[in-house]
Parts: sequence; C-alpha cells; structure tokens
Amino acid sequence: MIRALHRWPGLLAAVVLLVLGLSGAALSVFPAAERLSAPQAEAGQSVADLVGKIAGAYPTVEQIRRAPSGKITAYWFEGGTPKAAVIDPATGQGVASADPNAVERWLTNLHRSLFLDDAGRLVMAAGAGAMLILALSGAWLIARRSGGWRHWFAPMRGRGPARWHAEMARAASVGLLLSAGTALWMTASTFDLLPDGEAQPDFPASVSGGSGVALTDIDMIGTLAVTDLRSFTYPYPGDASDVFTLKTESGSGYLDQGTGTLLAWADATPWQRVSETIYMLHTGQGASVLGLALGLIALAIPGLAGTGLAVWLAGRGARGFRSSPAAQAETIVLVGSEGGSTRGFAETLARALVASGQSVHVAPMSAFAPQSYRRAQRILILAATYGDGVAPASAKGFLDRLAALPVAPKAPLAVLGFGDRGFLAFCAYAERVAAVAKAKDWQELLPLATVDRQSPQDFHRWGLALGKALGIDLVLSHSPRTPRTASLELIERRDYGAKVQAPTAILRFALPRASLWQRLTGQGFGRFVAGDLIGVVPEGASVPRFYSLASATRDGFVEIVVRKQPGGLCSGQLMVLQPGDRVRAFLRRNPGFHAGRDRVPLILIGAGTGIGPLAGFVRANARRRPMHLFFGMRHAASDFLYGEDLARWQAEGRLARLITAASRGARPHYVQDALRAEAAELTRLIQSGARIMVCGGREMAAGVSAALGDILAPAGLSPVLLKAEGRYVEDTY
Amino acid sequence: MKSVFAALALTTALTFPALALARPVTLTTQMNNYGGDGAYLALYVTDKGGAYVGSLWMAGGKSKYYKHLSEWYRATGGDLAQINGITGASVGAGRQLEITLDLADALFDAGYTLHIDASVEDMRDSPNEVAVPLTSAGAGQPVAGRRYIASFTYDM
Repeated sequence: MIRALHRWPGLLAAVVLLVLGLSGAALSVFPAAERLSAPQAEAGQSVADLVGKIAGAYPTVEQIRRAPSGKITAYWFEGGTPKAAVIDPATGQGVASADPNAVERWLTNLHRSLFLDDAGRLVMAAGAGAMLILALSGAWLIARRSGGWRHWFAPMRGRGPARWHAEMARAASVGLLLSAGTALWMTASTFDLLPDGEAQPDFPASVSGGSGVALTDIDMIGTLAVTDLRSFTYPYPGDASDVFTLKTESGSGYLDQGTGTLLAWADATPWQRVSETIYMLHTGQGASVLGLALGLIALAIPGLAGTGLAVWLAGRGARGFRSSPAAQAETIVLVGSEGGSTRGFAETLARALVASGQSVHVAPMSAFAPQSYRRAQRILILAATYGDGVAPASAKGFLDRLAALPVAPKAPLAVLGFGDRGFLAFCAYAERVAAVAKAKDWQELLPLATVDRQSPQDFHRWGLALGKALGIDLVLSHSPRTPRTASLELIERRDYGAKVQAPTAILRFALPRASLWQRLTGQGFGRFVAGDLIGVVPEGASVPRFYSLASATRDGFVEIVVRKQPGGLCSGQLMVLQPGDRVRAFLRRNPGFHAGRDRVPLILIGAGTGIGPLAGFVRANARRRPMHLFFGMRHAASDFLYGEDLARWQAEGRLARLITAASRGARPHYVQDALRAEAAELTRLIQSGARIMVCGGREMAAGVSAALGDILAPAGLSPVLLKAEGRYVEDTY
Repeated sequence: MKSVFAALALTTALTFPALALARPVTLTTQMNNYGGDGAYLALYVTDKGGAYVGSLWMAGGKSKYYKHLSEWYRATGGDLAQINGITGASVGAGRQLEITLDLADALFDAGYTLHIDASVEDMRDSPNEVAVPLTSAGAGQPVAGRRYIASFTYDM
C-alpha cells in the first residue's frame, strides 16, 4: 500500500518534480549571491542615520526598503520619473540597479507557475504535494528496509538502482520534506487560504497638519537599528494629511510628519510571522546557507527520478505471463514480491510448468484464496523478505489469512524464499510462512529452500528438485538481467591442490580496456575492489556463475580463485584456460563485502577458494591496517593458496597475523579449531572494535559462526549482535 | 448632484448599464517593457477635492497584494466590495489592457480625476502612476504614466 503510494505519485509527478528540483536548485544561488553582494549596514547604525544619508544623496526619496538579505533599496522621483537603486548604507549613495534580475525572475516564474499563472501554480502545488507524499512514504520505506527508524543511519545493503535510490533518498528526504511542506504553505498563502495577511493599522483620522519634523528627533527612528527595518515611506509630497509609514520586524505603524508622534501601530500577527519564517525557509532569502543546502538537496531529484524509474522498470520487465483462472489451474504459484524481481522468477517458473503441459495460476500472496483452488494439485509459494523479516508488499495479510483457516489446503506446499545473505533476516519471511504452514499440518511437497541474491543456480537447483517431485523434467533458467559482458584474457594461472583431490587455480586476467566513451557512460567493465563479484558466462549456458574478486582495479588485473567442481560446466571451462584464452564476464558490485576505508582491525576468516577476496584485502592494505587472517586448507604442501604472497605481505606489514589450519596431515584441524585456539586474542580484538569477514562454503561459515558464538558468549557478544551492527559479514557459496 | 451620484456609485460602481445618461467609454492602458512580472492596476476616480468616489477596474486577482496599490488602498481601506464584479487579470509588461464601460455623462467636465495605481512584484509601487482629469476635450489624448504605463487613453 505504502509502496503504491510511493510509486504512482512518483511516476506521475516525475516531470513536474524535475522542473521544480532543477529550477529550485538554480534559484537557491540567488539569495546567497545577494547576501554577498549587497552592502550591509554596520552594527548599531540607526534608521534615522540611514534615512538621513539617503535623503542627503536623493532629496526626493520616497521609500526605503530593507530585504532579509540586508539589501537596502531606495525609491525616489527625478523629474517626475520614479527611480530606484541599491544603497550603500555607509554613504547613502546608490551602488547598483534595483531592478529584479531577469534570469531569477524567469526561473521564479517557471518554478512556481510554469509561466501559466494560477493554473500553473496549482500544477506546481500538486507537484509539491506529490513530493510531500513521496518523501513521507519513501522515509517509511527506508525505515522498513533498514529494519526500523532506529536503524535510519545504519549502513545500507543491497545493490543497483534500488540501493542508490535509497541512499540518495536517505540524504535528501528531510530537505525535500521541508521544501515541499513550505511550498504548500506558500501556495495556500498566495491563494488567500491562510489568515496570514499583513497586519495594517487603521489610517489615522487626524494629523497635526504640520510637516518637516527632524527624523533624529523621532525616538522610534532614532533608536531603531537598520537591521530591524523593513521599510520606511515618506508622506506624499505636498499632502499635509499624509504620514510617515514605518514597517519593522515587529509590526507597522504611522508617524506624524509634523510632530513625529506615533499615530497608529499594529503588531505583526503570529500567522504573519509563521508565514514569513516559512517564506525564508523555502526561498533562503534571509537564510542563504540553508537555501543553498536545500538547493543542493533538490539536485537529488533527477537522480531519484532516474533510479526510481529504473527500479520500477526492472520490476515490470518480466511481466506479461497469462495465467489460468484460479479455479482451473493445477498448479497455484503465489508470489510475495517487494520490488518485483521475485515476480520475474515466478513467471519463469510458470512458463516452464506450462511448457511441460501444466495449467498454472500466478497470483500475489495477498490474493491467497484456497477455497477457489478447486483443481489445484500443488501450491508453490515464492516469497521475498523485506528488511527485518517483514512481509513483502504483495504478501500483506497472507499469514493472517493462513492462520485463520480451519484446515490447511489439501494440495501440498513448497516454499521458496528469496533474500540476501548479507541481511540479518535472510529469508526470514519465507521461514515464517513455512513454520505457520507446518503448524497447520499443511502437507509438504518440498522442504523450504532459498535463493540468495537472485542466484540463478539456487533457483535452477530448486527447479530440479521440484521437477523430480512432480515427475517432470523442469529446467528453470532465469537470468534476472542479462548484463553486458566484456572479454577477459587470461594472463597467468597458478595451480594448487591436485594432490589432495581439490584442483584449484588462481586465475589472473588482463584488465579489459575501455574507451573513454565507455568509461564516461559507464558501459565499460567498471571499477572494482576485492570482494566484488564477476559473473562468468560459460559457453553453452546463459546463466552466469559468480566468483569473488581477489584484486582491485588499481592492481591492474582481474583475479579469481576457482576450484574444479565435479561436473561443473563453468569451473570446468575455467580450469582448462591457458594464458591467451578468453572468457566473457561482467562485474557485479558487492558493497556488503568490502573491507572499507576505516582503520579498525579486520579479522578475515576463509577456507579453500574463500581466500580470494581476503587475499585481495591484504594485498590492498598499503596503510597497514591490522589484519588477522585465519585460513583453512587441506594440506599446506598442496593447496596453500597465496602461500608465498602471504609471507611477503606479512613481511611488508600488510598482514598482521596469519593463522592456518590444515584438515589433512599430521595434526588435522579446521579453521574453527584455529579460532577456538585464539579465543582470548579474538575477544580482545572484537572488543576493541574489530570487524569480522568470512568467506567460503556455507558449512564452513556455519561452523565459524558457531565457534565465534562460543568464543564471544563470555564477553556478552554474539555473531547475531555483530551482524546487526554490520561488524560481521559473510560471503558464502 | 454629487450626493445622488455618490449614492449611485455605491451600488453600481460608476457604471450605468443601459441608461440614457451613460455612454460607452473605452479605457486603453498600454504597459511599457519595465522588465517585471504582470502589473496590478487599480483604476479609480476622485472628485474635485481629491476625495475617492469609486473604482472603475482592478487588474489583478489576489487581494493580498492590493495594499501595494497604496493610494487606492488607503482611500478604500482595501474594501473588496468596491471592485466586486470589475476585477480582471494582471497586465504583463508590454501588454495592453482595454476595457469598455458605460460611464455617466456627469463624470466628465465636472472636476473628476481618473487615477491608476500600479504595482509590480519585487519592484517599486507606483501610486498615481496616471492621474488624468476626465474632460470631453481630454478624450482620445494619450497620457504617459510615471513608470510602468507607456500611455493611457480614454475614448468616448
């Protein structure tokens, strides 16, 4: 619901918001320029002094105004022609033209009314209203994404346009909220919907009839500081019944031109003050630094519009599958999708099922209606997880409806969870669905399975299991996006592990060359650091396999560690590469597994090919940040990957400590055992703020997590706690 | 005569549709290129003694800005009843405002003066931008304004 409230106003108002944002950003410069260019009154200068100086320079002066920026303008008549100039308060002389800047005026009219007067004002006000809704709903979505308002400033995970959208929105939302809210107030004020009109005293019924009082004799003007002045207006020449009109920060009034007595006064109303403050906040006139900040924030609007559109298009991309009616389908596919990517997987599944002769009904989980599934043989649920295990948008209400059923549907159930292992609550929602189904005694077709980071392999594997259960050949090949690949040339390979039946190689590829144009347009391979991923597309397959990078762009090469998997298509092809051979690959950033730029100690834990990114961190550690590497292998004589490099890096100070564990040989032990042996030192490091990064197989990661749980428990810490703080990250496969 | 006139003015704002003692008068206001947004103009009439008699036209729809038409505002106290039904859009720089009203014959050659107060956003207010006596002889004679109005003419 909130997502729809975010999506539709965003798409509808995008163009208006672009105009508002860009013109607003451009306009924000003017108040600052005016503040810098306008001669300012010295502290303590009185209005009487200022008026006296101006009257000396321009004897026919009629009116003097002071803008919130401190700019003082005088208006006078010269031979019957009205004149105006910006005044230097020190001399009373004009120093610049008082006519409004044509560019500023043009931008102002574009910004507030698209040059369409009231109709345009209403369009722009609608745009501001849309922005208000977008900022509020967007803030709510960010809070939900990061697991609550308390985590507003927590580091963000995820990737692609959605990540950028959220990052920009987090920085900009408060400013945009302020701009939009004040814009609506100002529109209401313009259309006289607010009682914020300037308080004006009644014109005095009688005056002294005299004229020519010395301004310095009028207390009010003699003591009034220039900084409190709004405007001072002389009586109409030759009209004895007229008066001086004085407007200040606190109100306005009339003074007798013969005696100088205050004839009438009206204080500014609270409404007027609120409106003036809001005007200042919106325009930056009188608050130019804030104005510049809001202008800068407004520049986020094009970025937000672009990434927002990209997120929406990505979510739409896979649509278009026609499903059978619920009452006739044999297979019911229910989708719990937040951004729409899980929906894409569901449609790949549905197409594959239809291709093997099934009739399939695809629906969001929120449309769960078991009584209408009359011919259903099975129900498949594909559920994403949002933030801290919250139900995704299209699954709202599913669990309540399931819990309310007197008896579970007869058709057996398979649940597939989608998530990101970088998140604490990986597939937590799918787990809840499976748990509630179990509690209802819903027959299980397949046990709960998960897909990490839209992994096509995970999905493919689940498809095979499903096909087996159904007795059909089910091949699910779903590539969420087909990225542009670059051709990488192998320049070096180092082989390990043949003796321990684990052939492994460190493969080094030349950095693909990108033309300047490709670099500028982001079409090249892109910049990367250790911990990012490359997707290698093996020949004869469309689904990429991902490998962690052990090098950064600045190293000048692309390095990965590959172990030959029995029957593995991609690893098989990579393992036979010789220098000069090429593969097609693309880059995928993995910001959740970067070493980062800070100086806190790093505890790197890896086994087997998991050493790759960890070695990359050490290689890049020119600043000698304390890094402690725990590395598990089979036998030091055979698969000690990066053995010589690590010794050199240790000598260079890039690696503080290296602790190895070999599972074969004289004294077999695992990396978990090495951790336990170092329990005291690890506890000390973690208490001093160290970060833990784990890379390797899933079982190893689980073992490491359990070992660290035991080690840290006496100190009142746990892996779960550290993960929540972003101090414990894993990259597993 | 004056009291009768004033009484009529209150109810009809100086216009007398379909009355024998009225005739159509065209008021043409040509703005010059003063380099600003649309101008607010108040067209009103004062008598021999300079006292406000009634309004002929208000160009500009937002009453919150009327205080910048300072002479008119002071004379009327910003009373919107004075311009009820005779309000139009503001007039852009270089544009022309042409209005035709049925004005009483009695307004001419009797010491009445037509005033125009002008005001432009972020620019100086110009009360009495135009002040022209209403006479038969003056009809068709263009009068220049002080700042925003290039010429003003009334034709009978």
